[in-house]
Parts: sequence; structure tokens; C-alpha cells
Amino acid sequence: MSLNIIVCAKQVPDPEGPPSSFEIDGVERRVIPRGIPPVINPFDENALEAAIRIKESVGAFITLLSLGRSLSRAVILKAVAAGADASLLVEGDPFDPAVLDASSTASLLAAAVQRIGAYDLILCGRQAADTNAGLVGLGLAGILEIPAITLAQKVEVGDGRVRVERVLPDGFEVVEAPMPVLVTVSGELGDLRYPSLQAIKAAKALPQTVLGPDDLGIDPLSLRRLETVALEAPVRERKCRLVEADTPEEAGRKLVSVLREDKVI
Amino acid sequence: MERSGNILVLAEMVENGKAASISIELLGLGRTLADCLGTGLSAVIMGDEASEAGGELARHGAEEVLCLHHPRLKAYHPELYQQAMLGMLRSSPPRVLLAGHTALGQDLLPRLAFSLSCGLVTDCVGARVEGGEVLFTRPVYGGNALATQRVTTAMAMATVRARVGEAPPPSEKAGEVRTLGVDLPDPVRLEVTGRETLEYRECPLEEAPVVVSGGRGMGGEEGFSQLRELASLLGGAVGASRPPVDAGWAPTTCQVGITGKVVAPDLYIAVAISGSTQHLSGMSEAGKIVAINKDPDAYIFKVSDYGVVGDWKQVLPSFTAALREMLKE
Ligand SMILES: Cc1cc2nc3c(=O)[nH]c(=O)nc-3n(C[C@H](O)[C@H](O)[C@H](O)COP(=O)(O)OP(=O)(O)OC[C@H]3O[C@@H](n4cnc5c(N)ncnc54)[C@H](O)[C@@H]3O)c2cc1C
Repeated sequence: MSLNIIVCAKQVPDPEGPPSSFEIDGVERRVIPRGIPPVINPFDENALEAAIRIKESVGAFITLLSLGRSLSRAVILKAVAAGADASLLVEGDPFDPAVLDASSTASLLAAAVQRIGAYDLILCGRQAADTNAGLVGLGLAGILEIPAITLAQKVEVGDGRVRVERVLPDGFEVVEAPMPVLVTVSGELGDLRYPSLQAIKAAKALPQTVLGPDDLGIDPLSLRRLETVALEAPVRERKCRLVEADTPEEAGRKLVSVLREDKVI
Repeated sequence: MERSGNILVLAEMVENGKAASISIELLGLGRTLADCLGTGLSAVIMGDEASEAGGELARHGAEEVLCLHHPRLKAYHPELYQQAMLGMLRSSPPRVLLAGHTALGQDLLPRLAFSLSCGLVTDCVGARVEGGEVLFTRPVYGGNALATQRVTTAMAMATVRARVGEAPPPSEKAGEVRTLGVDLPDPVRLEVTGRETLEYRECPLEEAPVVVSGGRGMGGEEGFSQLRELASLLGGAVGASRPPVDAGWAPTTCQVGITGKVVAPDLYIAVAISGSTQHLSGMSEAGKIVAINKDPDAYIFKVSDYGVVGDWKQVLPSFTAALREMLKE
């Protein structure tokens, strides 16, 4: 058996960048990353790792699908080298993540999936690190009319079915569905493996398809259901009273009396 | 009562058959929105038997509560819950559907929104009416920015974090509770074949009045047992940033943050946590925040009310001991 797996992966500014690197343009209502490189959304990396594990256990052909305004070839190459077999990039100005919403993104991805053709399994991250919305996976499944399971910490396939351990607030449940199916993956699944330099070199030769705005025949703006009317920096700074003492032990004791004086405890 | 055009709260039950506290909070938020828009406020709850929770919702401000009953709705099932809601939403579409940003809300609302082609704003930390429109606020870029969004479709949906709405006090004058049977699809495509719950269950993190959290700087499991001791003294729960969870020093149920739990306790004690935006997103609404960190430049101090610069291994034991003394008095 060889499965066809599609992994949706979005490029985002490195979410671990310091707060100062996320410059907010309130007029244009967009965040401008300063000095932080683009990376694959960490949860999409988890999804790719899930796909590679399935490929190792039962065999699969993995297509990495990414949509964006301009995609870094280096970032894509590294992800593909980790274990994908082909990539489909949907690229162009109309696919600016600051302008698209979940509805337009899911529609564009659905059209791209249909270009790829037959598939058994679509894997997405549970949410993107920029929008944090967690909508695209379920939206894509809805448009494609296939079942969807969210928050996987483990994905296995067999007998035409997928078996998912789904993270719950207090544990996990096991959910099964017939393929084709879409699964969104959570961080608990595990990090994406690093590709070797050799694999990165070899990945350059793997098939890559690039589609532009005219290829999908969809006007993303017409599909939007959300509009961002304002964007601002969160206000959460507080005035911190630093408790000082000659020794750390004393500072610990003093903290108790300060908190007590102020009726915090 | 005419339900179309209302604010509708999708309520949830907790294990003992009571309405979840977030659902009551949403009635508070829903009431504010409904009054501003001049509409009514209703609630819907699903289960095999939800009348008790339904009565509670009716006493806390819902003018009408629909209890959708079916034995197969006992536990959350994506397709069954979706079907049960769709019929009702199609026959009387609300203006706004509010749900908690909970495990259920995060899974069900996107399914409903895409089935009904309507806009959904997830993880809201605020909602208000401006110019006759509902505007929703939510953190983006891991909490580095706050976006205010409006939904351009006739029906809007939102999942809202805990403690954003304020629970209205119970009132003598209760709304009407109606029980409806529902038609469910047979067969469904998804099948839940097993479930495992973690044993580690002290006071639920989201409801704890005090949360004592540890970060990467705790260095291992041993540090967490000290945090547990402090938390139990204060009648609170233990939380963690993501690295300790990834490292297995603390169970996943402890993670506080944008992909963990959102907490808003009266007191949050952050030990050896640097204060990444992803973490702050989950705890910055706490009443008071105390930080212990050996790095004087750690960002956590900027968002705290009290701080000690020092090694937790030295600060924490004396803090806990002094607290124990104080509590004895
Ligand atoms: C998509 C995404 C989602 C994420 N979701 C979450 C989330 O939900 N929750 C979350 O917490 N993180 C989340 N993260 C991770 C987040 O970005 C940070 O990496 C993480 O919060 C850092 O945890 P920390 O503060 O414990 O560790 P660090 O940033 O490494 O800080 C450790 C701190 O401990 C201090 N320290 C070390 N030793 C001692 C000592 N002996 N005494 C006192 N202080 C000491 C150090 O000075 C330092 O400030 C997410 C990241 C991504 C990319």
C-alpha cells in the first residue's frame, strides 16, 4: 500500500522571536516582522513529522503544500528534505496572509488539493503561529466534504482507516475514520526531524510545482468573511515591585510579608 | 419567543450535570451585546439530559434555553453535535453565536461556521458593539498583537476565552426552558473507540484561585514537587510553561499559554519563566503576578506586580517556609 498524503504548511515569522521584532503597523493593520526569519509554522512541522512516520511504517508519497505571498525556497527545501516527495507552492501577491482569512485560505487550499489529485490523508497543524485561529484545517475538510479529526498526538493508518489519538484537556481519546480524512496535528506529536545536508541537496531534484494567482481561478477577496478593523500592541505591562534583600533566602521571606501587607495572600 | 436574530450562547455541561462556568460567563457577555443591539439572549445546550444545566442558564439571564436531548449526545462527538446544532441554526439563525474557547468550542464552531458559510472569530478576549456592529478582539502572532475583527456575514460566530464575560448573578425571574428531541445522522464517519484520562487531577487549573507555575529554569521534575508543595499550601494548582511539559517534568494538562490553558487566577506565581508572549497570553489576566527569576532583565518582570531576582533554589524554600509559618498563625 502506498498512501498519498498532503501536508499543508504555512510560512510564518519565527514565533519564538522577541516581542520587539513584531512591529505593528496600525494603519495598514499588519504585523511587520523585523529581523526574524520565516519558518514553517511549528504545528505544520508536527504535521509533516506525522506524515513521515506514516511513510516509514506503511509507505506514502508526501506532497508538501504551501500557500503564501512569497515563499522562501530555503525554508521549503529544508522541510521537503525532512521526508516529503514533492511540493506544490501557491504563490503571489493576492495570497498575502495579512489579507486572507480562514475562509479564503481554505478555499484556495481546497482548489490546490484538487490539482494534486487523489489523496488519502491531509495533515495540517492545529493552528498557525501567526493567526492562532485554528480554522483552516476544519474549513478545508468542510469544503472537500471529508471527515476531520483535530488535535492529533499520534496518527496511524491501516485498512483504509486512520486512527488518531486526540488530545483532550485531561488526557486523550482515540478517534477513527475512513480515508480520505483530514487530521490536524498538535505539538504533542513531536518535533520534525532535521534533514541531513545530503538530503537537502537531494531534495532540490524533487518535483516542485508552482501555481500563481491565475491558476486557481479563485478571487480570495470575494470569499473573505472576516475583516480586521484595528491592530494594536497588547497592553500588559505592570509596575513591578522588586523585593530586595541581602540574601535570596531573606528575599523569599520578605516576599511573603510584602504580599501579606498588600493583602495578596 | 423569536429566536432568530438573537445572541445565542452555546452552553456546555460539566461532569456533574451543571452548566460550565464559562457558559454562565458568556451569558453575561451575551447580555451586554444583546442590550446594545436591542436583541434577545438565548442559550442552547446539548446532552443526553441537560435540563438541570438548562434551568441554571435560564436563571442566569437566558430568556430562552433550548435543551437538545439525545442519548448519543451524552459525550461530545463532532458530527453528531454538528448535526444537532445545524438544524436549529438553520431554522432560526441567531445574529451571533457565542461559545467558550474550550475543547468543544474549538472543534465544533469551525465546523458549524464552514457548514453555514459564516464568519468565526476564535479565541476572543473581548467583544463589544460599535456602530451597531459586534467587534471581536483576539491575540495574534502569539500574543504580540491584538486584532479587532468584524464578521462580514449576516451570522457571526465567536469562541471566547474564560473570564472575558462576567457571570450574571442568579435571578428569581427565570427564562423559559424547552426540551427538544433531535434527529441525528446514522451512520457517522468518525468513531470514538477509546479514551484515556490522566490521573494527575488536582484542582482544575482554569478554576484555581492561585496558580504556581514553573518554567524551563526549574531544571527537572524535582523542582516541580517543590512547586506542588507551595501550590497546595495556597490551595492552588501547578502550571507550567511549555518546555517543562515537552521535557516531561510536568503533565501536558499543566501547560499555560496560547496552546495550553488560559488561566486568570487571583494570584499567579511564575518561577523560572522568562515571559514569552505565548506564555503571557495564557496568564496575563491574573489578578496579581509574582515572578521569581535569576535574570533581572527577564521580560516576566515587566508584566509582574512583584518580583524577586534570584535563583529559585534559594528563594523558593524560604518563601514556602515563611508562608507556612504565616498560615499557622
Ligand atoms: C506555536 C507556539 C506555541 C507555543 N505555546 C506556548 C504555550 O502555550 N505556553 C508556553 O509557555 N510556551 C509556549 N510556546 C513556547 C514559548 O515561545 C517559549 O519558548 C516558552 O514559553 C519559554 O518557556 P520558559 O519561560 O519556561 O523558558 P525560557 O524562555 O528558557 O526561560 C527560562 C527562564 O528561567 C530562568 N531561570 C533559569 N534558571 C533559573 C534559576 N535557577 N532560578 C531562577 N530563574 C531561573 C531564566 O533566567 C529564564 O528567564 C509556544 C511556542 C510556539 C512556537
